[in-house]
Amino acid sequence: MTRVAVIRFPGSNCEPDAYRAVEREGGSAFYVFHRETDLRDADAVILPGGFSYGDYLRSGAIARFSPIMAAVERHAADGKPVAGFCNGFQILCESGLLPGGLMRNATLKYVSRPVDCRIERTDTPFTSAYRTGEVIRIPVGHGDGRYTASDEVLDHLENRGLVVIRYVEGGLLDAPANPNGSARNIAGISNPEGNVVGMMPHPERLAHDLLGSNAGTRVFASLMRWKRPALVTNS
Amino acid sequence: MTFRIHVRVMPRRGLLDPQGQAVEGALKALKFPDATNVHVGRAIEFDLVAADQSAAATAARAMCAKLLANPVTEDYEIEVEPK
Repeated sequence: MTRVAVIRFPGSNCEPDAYRAVEREGGSAFYVFHRETDLRDADAVILPGGFSYGDYLRSGAIARFSPIMAAVERHAADGKPVAGFCNGFQILCESGLLPGGLMRNATLKYVSRPVDCRIERTDTPFTSAYRTGEVIRIPVGHGDGRYTASDEVLDHLENRGLVVIRYVEGGLLDAPANPNGSARNIAGISNPEGNVVGMMPHPERLAHDLLGSNAGTRVFASLMRWKRPALVTNS
Repeated sequence: MTFRIHVRVMPRRGLLDPQGQAVEGALKALKFPDATNVHVGRAIEFDLVAADQSAAATAARAMCAKLLANPVTEDYEIEVEPK
């Protein structure tokens, strides 16, 4: 059974959703507090959404120095799966596990709504259950979601196929496809090895039939079928 | 010696600064049309004990690189003031 550590920072608020989404897909989820230093033999780590440390200084800036993050960095370096959703993505960028940064939305508005996103890369532990090019409608909720990086880094991400999920024009009326002004419509990326994935959308918030859609469920289904030797890299 | 460190963190030059634009729009609405290129950043101040001014500046730069500013999205300036 896949053991998934869901990290709890002061100010996290999506960790129960992530926990339940893992359990519904047959995994074993457990919370790890930010002050802990050991991931208790987790197979995978989820950095949940929320407002860790009140988003003080910059979103994710203080969480990245939490005691648990050294263990998360080792886990990532070992090639094991690490995902960050929303604030988790911000923390991954602040920690340097993923390149670039997330700035204030171009519209200055906190955006909380569904967006249409295309799954660009399916050889990661978090997207293998999707079809490449598949478009899903999934919620975002953030004020600092504008993905920003130098042109050099953006070109690198594109050329190496490291953009995992991207905002696309869809059937949503009266709303721009790109909710926050992200460079090249980037909603989520991975590291070159593919084991570290960050995205602004919230798959854990749409992972139950009761919600009218389970578009996010397969992020967790993907993780359940992840086997370390099968990890494909394009590096 | 104790120094007072002033750090000024601004959105990286050339990147979209929606806060600056919003404030500029508000200034125009208040009939201050001559204010342009408005940018909004953050100021951080603290006391720092260091051997001398240069050591204080070195320490403050390390703090900026690691925590106080994000080199991907922000520029910073440091001022070291003897107390």
